[in-house]
Amino acid sequence: MEDSIVRETVVAAPPERVWEVLTTAEYVGRWFGADKAEIDLRPGGSFVMTWAEHGVGYARVERVEEPTAFTFRWGIEPGAEPEPGEETLVEFTLAPTGDGTLLRVVESGFSKLDRPAEKQEWHRERNVDGWRQVLEAIAKHFT
Amino acid sequence: MTVTDPGPVFAALADPTRRSVLTRLASGGATSATVLARELPVTRQAVVQHLAVLDAAGLTRARRHGREVRHEVRAEALTGAARWMTTIARQWDDRLAAIAALAEEPPVTGPQ
Repeated sequence: MEDSIVRETVVAAPPERVWEVLTTAEYVGRWFGADKAEIDLRPGGSFVMTWAEHGVGYARVERVEEPTAFTFRWGIEPGAEPEPGEETLVEFTLAPTGDGTLLRVVESGFSKLDRPAEKQEWHRERNVDGWRQVLEAIAKHFT
Repeated sequence: MTVTDPGPVFAALADPTRRSVLTRLASGGATSATVLARELPVTRQAVVQHLAVLDAAGLTRARRHGREVRHEVRAEALTGAARWMTTIARQWDDRLAAIAALAEEPPVTGPQ
């Protein structure tokens, strides 16, 4: 398991409909809370979100597998293109469940942000959920 | 994102031995590298190196107690990183809820 945050929800709509919301610029702007979103929906395509308040966020589309997988690399700094050390990977997967869709998002790569001196460590065991437990357990000692 | 770059903290925590060191320091209080090496399955030299990484990430600090240097946990970086994780998770929860609400809206049908 990677260093990741995993969240999921069940949507009362078929995967095709969820896919449309997930990947259409007009909808993306709305669920991302951006004032404007532009998306070139193909591997390598650019994905730009504009917030009046926070500036411009740049991402690069990786996987476009309608209607099951949509992934992109996301530049962590506003105004900067995604690149190694400056990006996380966001992966949406959609699976039919009952008469709805299980929608899961995984954001990973936090341990790869920055810090060239630590590069070798990145390939070791990484598990943010595990870390989170460690962090919470440790933090308890101080609260 | 208006949070301090968590990279160094996560990179420091990526190593299981360092997590053990940190947990040990958190539960047992300030401890010397020698004592840590006795309790963990690594050499004193390795412990010292791990402590240097934890120090650099702001997770621990060294304090002199007489002839001994003891290492202790700095809670700020840990709670900061934990809070950061929680914030990110909550943002995704909000976005997933927004996606669900949009997808579940009845389809817009024109008047004709």
